[in-house]
Amino acid sequence: MLKLVNVKTSYGNIEALKGISMEVHEGEIITLIGSNGAGKTTTLMSISGITPPRAGEILFMGRPIHNMSPDMIVSHGISQVPEGRHIFPELSVMENLHMGAFLRTDREGIAKDIDYVFGLFPILTDRRHQAGGTLSGGEQQMLAISRALMARPRLLLLDEPSLGLAPKVVKQIFDIIRRINTEQKTTVFLVEQNANLALQAAHRGYVMENGRIVLEDHADRLLSNEEVKKAYLGM
Amino acid sequence: MEYFTQLFLGGLTRGSIYALIALGYTMVYGIIELINFTHGEIYMIGAFTALITASVLTLYGFNELSILVMASLVAVIYSSAYGYTIEKIAYKPLRHAPRLSPLISAIGMSIFLQNYVLLAQTSDFVPFPALVPEFAFMKAYEHIFSSAELMILLTTTVVMIILSCVIKFTKTGMAMRATAQDRKMAMLVGVDVNRIISVTFIIGSALAAVGGVLIASHIGQINFYIGFIAGIKAFTAAVLGGIGSIPGAVLGGFVLGWTESFATGYVSSDYEDVFAFALLVLILIFRPAGILGKSKSEKV
Ligand SMILES: Nc1ncnc2c1ncn2[C@@H]1O[C@H](COP(=O)(O)OP(=O)(O)OP(=O)(O)O)[C@@H](O)[C@H]1O
Ligand SMILES: [Mg+2]
Repeated sequence: MLKLVNVKTSYGNIEALKGISMEVHEGEIITLIGSNGAGKTTTLMSISGITPPRAGEILFMGRPIHNMSPDMIVSHGISQVPEGRHIFPELSVMENLHMGAFLRTDREGIAKDIDYVFGLFPILTDRRHQAGGTLSGGEQQMLAISRALMARPRLLLLDEPSLGLAPKVVKQIFDIIRRINTEQKTTVFLVEQNANLALQAAHRGYVMENGRIVLEDHADRLLSNEEVKKAYLGM
Repeated sequence: MEYFTQLFLGGLTRGSIYALIALGYTMVYGIIELINFTHGEIYMIGAFTALITASVLTLYGFNELSILVMASLVAVIYSSAYGYTIEKIAYKPLRHAPRLSPLISAIGMSIFLQNYVLLAQTSDFVPFPALVPEFAFMKAYEHIFSSAELMILLTTTVVMIILSCVIKFTKTGMAMRATAQDRKMAMLVGVDVNRIISVTFIIGSALAAVGGVLIASHIGQINFYIGFIAGIKAFTAAVLGGIGSIPGAVLGGFVLGWTESFATGYVSSDYEDVFAFALLVLILIFRPAGILGKSKSEKV
């Protein structure tokens, strides 16, 4: 479904991605783990067209998307929940959701999907008219995921959804991620610092170090891989 | 009391024009954090366009009010086209350049436009026809509030109400707010940010053109330099209210209008600008972000 071929992305003359290749199959949850500064966020931003690659190819459903503008990429079915959530602080919860559906014109479908995300995260229902910036961290993460779902993506990119959240909220959010994957058949590309959690939720995983992919395997095999255990699982 | 009322209404009228122009500064700043120095020139070009249109229409014998409406329309279209084009050629190529570059480009563009009009027209003031008729029902109040002032106040109010509805209730308006709050995130949900920036310039320019026509018709003369003066005043209003804040621009406009009006009326007309800028300095000392502006730390 999504294919990265030798992708290189730079900030000025700092090369953050030094030629990475990855593949995401339809219907799976894949995770990309790695330590701080490895290039995980840059990978997602390159896919979304915010920091377009300097070299290499990104193909989505067989079509090259690495030269497309971010809005074109969204319209092809890729949505991102960025690191740090980025809720529009002065827009209400409802407006944030409508922004998620910005490129859609089917009013009824949008209304239905708002009901759907309120079903996933009932707490947002009570907050619907509240400004996004006044929500708690957990609620903001729920809203950020809901907003991304409002675009009805085929591929959902999630950047560190567990960051700074209480274990109970993290569990709730990961349950929902699995549910979206099975119920909506949405393919999920999950970036996480919390490797243990991510590998338990995912089917396959990639490990990134210094802008390179150094390992790729089934999630359960990565969980029992000695090097991964030492470096990322704190065992 | 009557004198006070007169000054109050005069300040209100003047302030509403400042507010109208200040909106353009503040909206552009809100989206791309640039002080658009050409904004005053857009206003001036609006006034000249209206003058030319009005002159032509007068030859065909239209009445004042229909000339006002048509001249305003042509001015709005023409100024918007200018605003749109200026953004595309002077700012867009510098979107990722250091912050000072677009600012310098803006100042250069402003000087260019002034000189262009100076050469195309003359450096002298040219008379502008009074396009607002004397309304019969205003006869009794003529000495404190003229028909032209009433027209200014009504028009600016209607325009500002329309603007707030557009920003609050339309999809494009919501995208404008979202882009101002978090540009990268707006791109991630599929907003074509370049389009939003263009729309912002077009709306701001249209407001400036309306302001230009109203003032020109009220004052009765224009030249190439009026945009500079009005621009500085409106920019002051925007900063007073809190640059980037839309209600702030409106409030700043009124505060500035009243300050000038009362200072002129009770102290001396020589000190009009002194009071205006003294007020600006005071506000910036005690509320650096402006009356309704948010301090940087709040805006994350
Ligand atoms: N805007 C930027 N300008 C310059 N360098 C950047 C920029 N963003 C990221 N980098 C650099 O690119 C490299 C990869 O950063 P990236 O944010 O992709 O890492 P990450 O894996 O997401 O890290 P983290 O787990 O801390 O979020 C880092 O060395 C970082 O310093
Ligand atoms: Mg990151």
